[in-house]
Formats: sequence, C-alpha cells, structure tokens
Amino acid sequence: MIRFASVTKEYPRTGVALNDVSFAVNKGEFIFLTGPSGAGKSTILKLIYFDELPTKGDVWVSGTRSKGVTRKEISLLRRKLGVVFQDFRLLEDRTVEQNVSFALDVIGTPHEKIHPKVSRLLTQVGLSSKSTNYPRELSGGEQQRVAIARALANDPFVLVADEPTGNLDERATRGVFQLLRDINAAGTAVVMATHNLELVKRADLRVLEINRGAVVFDSADEKRRAPEMTP
Amino acid sequence: MKLAVREALLGFKRAPVLSVLSITTIAFSLFAFGLFSLVALNIRNTLRSVESRVEIRAFIADSTSPESIALAMGDVGAYKEVARVEYVSPEQALERARKELGEFKDVFEAGFLPASIDIRLRDGYRDPATVKQIAERVKQLAMVEDVRFGEEWVQKLYSIRNVATAAGIILGLAFAAVSIIVIGATIRMAVMARSREISIMRLVGATDGFIQRPFLIEGFVKGVLGGAMALLLTWLAATLISRYFIRTEFFDLRLAMLGLLGGAVIGVVGSAVSVGRQIRRVL
Repeated sequence: MIRFASVTKEYPRTGVALNDVSFAVNKGEFIFLTGPSGAGKSTILKLIYFDELPTKGDVWVSGTRSKGVTRKEISLLRRKLGVVFQDFRLLEDRTVEQNVSFALDVIGTPHEKIHPKVSRLLTQVGLSSKSTNYPRELSGGEQQRVAIARALANDPFVLVADEPTGNLDERATRGVFQLLRDINAAGTAVVMATHNLELVKRADLRVLEINRGAVVFDSADEKRRAPEMTP
Repeated sequence: MKLAVREALLGFKRAPVLSVLSITTIAFSLFAFGLFSLVALNIRNTLRSVESRVEIRAFIADSTSPESIALAMGDVGAYKEVARVEYVSPEQALERARKELGEFKDVFEAGFLPASIDIRLRDGYRDPATVKQIAERVKQLAMVEDVRFGEEWVQKLYSIRNVATAAGIILGLAFAAVSIIVIGATIRMAVMARSREISIMRLVGATDGFIQRPFLIEGFVKGVLGGAMALLLTWLAATLISRYFIRTEFFDLRLAMLGLLGGAVIGVVGSAVSVGRQIRRVL
C-alpha cells in the first residue's frame, strides 16, 4: 500500500534528509513515526503525499510510483489520502463547514452530495454544533478536528498526520488521538509523526523510529524476531 | 465551472484596488493602441479616396478616326483591371483645364490640348506595379502618343500607407506586451495573496487546471472590461477630434468587437503565462 524502497532524499541546501530508507505500511495499519527534530519524519510524510520526490530509490503509494510521476497523477493520488498538520492549515475566512466542503468542491464533487457528506464528517469529529463558526472561534483541539474532517472528506485509505497534537494541551491531545484511533478502527490506515512519547508508550502500536535520516528501530521487526528467540 | 466563476468574482472582491488598476492599465494600453488604429484607419480611408482617383491618361494622335478610338476603348475596357474608360475630346480637355486653372484660362485655345482616354482602375489594382503595367500596355496601342499616370504620386501614396501600417503593428504589439506583463504581475500578486488556499487545494487533490481556471476567467473578464473602457475612451477621443479638428471616422462594429476580443486575448494570455509558473512556485 505504501512502500519505501531504498529511498534517499537530498535537499539542495540542507543536504541528506533521508538515507536509504526502506519500509512498508500495510492496509489499515496505525504507525507512529518518532525521533528527534530534524530526523527526517516530515520528509517521510512529504514523500508519502508526493510533496517531495526521492532523490534516489522509489516510493510506491497505492499503485502510484514516484519515478516519472506527473502533477496530474499527484493530484489524483492526493484524493485518496488525507493529510493533517500541526498548524491545522484552515482557511480563516471560511466557516468550519466551508473549510470541509472546500475539499470536496475543488475536486468537482457534485453539489447535492457535498452538504450531507459535510454534516456526516462534522458529526464524526464531534463538531456538528460548530459548523457555522470560524476557525478563530474554536480551540486548538477543535481546529484540528476540522482539519481531520477535511482530510477524511475523500474517504482516504490512509491519513498522514504530521505532529497533529503538537500544538494541543493534554486533554485535547487525548481527544484527537482517540479520534484518529476511531478512524483507524473504521479501516483507514494512519501514519502519524509525533514527539509525544507518552502517547506512543501507552498505545500498543507499530513504531518506526527515525534518527539522522535512517530507520533505527521498527517495532514490527522486533515482534517478528521475538518468537524466534524464545526457545 | 460555477465554482470557478464564483472564485473569479471573489478575486475582484478580495482585491478591488488591484483589479481596478489592472483593468485601467489594460484600458490605457488598448486606448493608446486604439488611438493609433484610429489614425491608421483614417489615413487608410483618406488614401483610399485619393487612390480611387488614380487614373491613366492616354493621349491620342490627332489623326485618329472615331471608329478606331471606340474600338481601342472597347479593348481597354475589357481588361480585367479596368473599371471605366472615358473619352475626353480636345474641347472637353480645354474646358477642364480652364476650370482647374482659372487664372490661366485665357492662355488656352481650342486645339491646344489633345484628345485622350481616361482609364480608371478597379479597387485592388491600383498599386504602383499594376498601374505601370497597364500604362505600358495602353502605350503599345498605335494611336496612343503618350501615357501619363503619375507614377511618383502613386508610389508615394503607397509608401505612406506601408509606413503607417508597419508603425501600427509595431506599436500595437508593444502595447499588447505591456498589457500582458501588467496582467501577469497582478495575477502573480493574486496567486501570492491566495497561496495558502492554493496549497490546500493542491493538498486535497485539485488539479492545476482547476486551480488556474478562476485566474483565467478573472483575466478574461478584466481584458474584456479593459477593452470596453478603451473603446469608450477612443470613441470619446474620436468625437472630440471630429468636433474641434477634422472629421474622424470611428471603428465599425466589427472592428470594435475585434478590440474587445483583443482585450480578452491579452487578459487570458497574460493570466495563463503567469498563473502556471506561480502555481508551481506555491507548491
């Protein structure tokens, strides 16, 4: 579903961000990307939604290969995945409802289908009562929920989240994380980059630790190896 | 499509000053172009009326019989380039000379001027080369003693017209380029102002074509509005010149429409050139 094959990413100014990284994310999986700042977590996420392309190696996402990909193919791929950020990236001059419907509007969803879909999404993230509010009238946690609703608008097979709880207090963090788990339980894979080790420890989920542009730990490998070691 | 139009209109609402500025720039560019076209049009019309007077005059030997003259006139009249052939008797020639040169009217006597055939050419055959060629052919006729066709005059007319046309085209292109650059710059600012929105559009999977469409519509509308404003300004100028200086002809409907179309093309081209590059820069 998502596969990195010996991916190296070099930026012209800052140099090597990822060095020969290989891993795969399976259908419906929840996976944490952890590691210090600048380790390359965001670069991995950007490579998943093709905001960046690898310098060497190949990224495969839902059948789309990074090598020779066109802008049009990137657009079509992004309709199949959702992305959320630490800073929410909402449009300040539009209401909650408009922010979500915007995502459907710009890919040409028929008008009559938009409204019911948006109501359903806002109910799902628990914000149906705030549909006519503007982002600045909401708390951080609520704004991130709007961003998640927007990311879910196209029924993605994977949700890519770059530090989604980075700007939130503990209570809001728990709420947003629970929402992501619910979404995952409904079948959508989640790839979440985070600094919050508490969160990672509490949840028994796959962890990919990145350091200096390389995967230094993959809990999936541990699990695979563990049974062999027991006599 | 509906969304694209709405976004385009929103573009005007979001940046009214910028929009008015770009429309005005297009208008003034096209206005300058329009003024020049107006001059060119009027020069051309004047030339055409002068041109239609271009004639070849073949002087006929005194001894020629009226029958051979009639025959020759029939022959010449059958040339495909010839519009009209007219016989001018010595008496008529005298009459005309006296009328045209009033102060010398006593100098002229009957029989002083030879008879001639005046040949007028059809529209499209009045260029110097054709005029000269027909004159040569007429000169071959036995009864014709001499041919006059104001060679220099014809050539001068044409060079004036050619210079006017060339200058018009060059200036027109220069002004069109200025307008395209101005529209490109305003689109650039509009894209920058909306970069956040555009990056979100890209993020959720909108295609480049979709993102560009409102900007192209915006450019089209600005171009047409600018064109209309330029037409109005040119019309005002033509009216004022007509009233205070010389009678000036204004564009006909077809040319006016062409002006609007020109504005639209400038608007769309200016937007298209800029928006693709800017969008790629945003994400």
